[in-house]
Amino acid sequence: MIKENTKKQDLLWYVLIVVLLLVPFIPQVAANSFTQHVFILILLYASMSQAWNIIGGYCGQVSFGHSVFFGIGAYGAGMAVVKFGITPWPGIIIGSLLAMVVAVLISYPCFKLKGHYFAIATFAIVEIFNRLFMVWYWVNGALGLDYPMVKTGWTNFVWYRTKIPYYYGALILFTTIFSIVRFIERNRFGYYLRAVREDQETAEATGINSTFIKLSAMALSAFLASFCGAFFVQYNFRVDPPMVMSLQVSMVFVLVTILGGAGTLFGPLLGALILIPLQEYTRVLWGGLGRGTDLMLFGFLIVLIMVRQPKGIMGLINEYLNYRKTRKIISAQPEINS
Amino acid sequence: MTMFFQVAIDGLLTGMVYALVASGLSLIWGVMDVLNFAHGEFLMLGMYVSYWLGFLINFDPLISWIASGVFCFLLGILTYKLIIHHCLLGPPLSALLATFGLSMILKNFALNRFSPNYRLLTGTLLDGKRTLIGNIVLPMPQLITSIFALVVVFIIYYVIKRTRLGWAIQATAMDKEAAELMGINTERIFLLVFGLGGLCVGVAGGLLPSYLAVHPEVGGLFGLIAFVCVAMGGFGSIPGALLAALLIGLVEALGGFYIAPVFKYVVVFGLYLLVVMLKPKGLFGW
Repeated sequence: MIKENTKKQDLLWYVLIVVLLLVPFIPQVAANSFTQHVFILILLYASMSQAWNIIGGYCGQVSFGHSVFFGIGAYGAGMAVVKFGITPWPGIIIGSLLAMVVAVLISYPCFKLKGHYFAIATFAIVEIFNRLFMVWYWVNGALGLDYPMVKTGWTNFVWYRTKIPYYYGALILFTTIFSIVRFIERNRFGYYLRAVREDQETAEATGINSTFIKLSAMALSAFLASFCGAFFVQYNFRVDPPMVMSLQVSMVFVLVTILGGAGTLFGPLLGALILIPLQEYTRVLWGGLGRGTDLMLFGFLIVLIMVRQPKGIMGLINEYLNYRKTRKIISAQPEINS
Repeated sequence: MTMFFQVAIDGLLTGMVYALVASGLSLIWGVMDVLNFAHGEFLMLGMYVSYWLGFLINFDPLISWIASGVFCFLLGILTYKLIIHHCLLGPPLSALLATFGLSMILKNFALNRFSPNYRLLTGTLLDGKRTLIGNIVLPMPQLITSIFALVVVFIIYYVIKRTRLGWAIQATAMDKEAAELMGINTERIFLLVFGLGGLCVGVAGGLLPSYLAVHPEVGGLFGLIAFVCVAMGGFGSIPGALLAALLIGLVEALGGFYIAPVFKYVVVFGLYLLVVMLKPKGLFGW
């Protein structure tokens, strides 16, 4: 039964990739750069949230500190381009490794805390990093880094006239991160993660080193999140502390995942599919008024989803599947009896 | 040395207001295990109520705190009925995210209706008055607000510890099922606790506009500091929250003065992390 499900999931995954590869060829998308923008953001936010999902969903450690790693990745790429005037790639790699180190250093003491205490500690860390980056002269403080005009192409990962290469870049990011999580989900490591989430003491009693598991999950998650940050800054041409290192950004990681369904492979994608078009289109429709109408609607929707379906969209889907399954069993029963 | 005492006193006065905001949050957290993310926004709305009463019909904040307290009490009850009540069945995070959504609604509602301008109530009864103790200047608005906040915190603490209602609240916090078996209507207690949490911020918000400008983002920092106070004080402990709030006010003022104003919150949050590393359950937690 499990094998059959896995096969179905695999099929779904390959179909999804093919569909996503073909998206830029839809005439409506090809003609409209705003639609492309929405698709890019969906893939980016799905990837970000999937990175968070490793620690927050599978391992159950709800971290609100991921904007720190996102920001470090973004600043890594930004510093390489703006301050050193080279391609962003070395910056991206150094930034990601740095994010990993920072993640381990700040998480090790924080993992002693449980539940809301852990969440609030990660809030505090985000605020500290935000204030420090605001006054750090070397990274231009609150002014932020503005990209100069550079040659377009994959070496600089910058394009001005078209968004299609960004789309494929986001797709590569998306495929990589989702594949990693797909691999982990069926791997021994994934079972360890879920064991720690369900009951840490029992997991430890069966011989799992819970601190090591949590730390490695956090390091992996931070590494991937910082890649997303680097992509964000390459797409945005600008980075400043409130943009990448604030509680608002941290909340996005959590919201998208929880909305879709935490601890599930397709949850982050579903969450992003719903949240991002909503955010972008309401912004276009009402954001120009400068009166926060779009954000009010956005907040209202979050409340509505949390109140009606706290397990997220995946919870809704699973409920439906279970309902169908039980119906099948019930309808099959009389035949067995007779 | 005068300077040191002056800064320290200022910090303590701010800390007392933090204490009132934090004790409302602490109550909700302690009884329901819910983090109310919209707490700062409740404060912001309370401040607006007091500001508009003062601006439109010349009510002094010394009177209009009653109105904003009642307003936030009702807001809390409404929030519980419409949102939190449904989230308690789900995973623990859902209430936090729902209140985050609520905070977005309230913040942008204020932005929509009242514009992002900073508004300060001038010409109040206490405006510009001050007393001197030795060389230390005590501005009257801050002093009265802080003493008032402290009194309200003590009243809330007294109610929790000494009255039948308070015992019911404590029983519900300890064990919901057992409390129900003892004939306590826990649903009503939850409702009341959320209302009381709102009342605390409402009273604080009612008094603040006489010296602190109101704008839609004012609640954000207060809310965050209240979180830190509560977590530092320990799970649902009002004395803990009070102590933590005074400590944070003190550290914020001294850090801002002696290190650099930009670093004052770095110092505050750093102190919180330090305390929590040493005592993972907070100062008064168990």
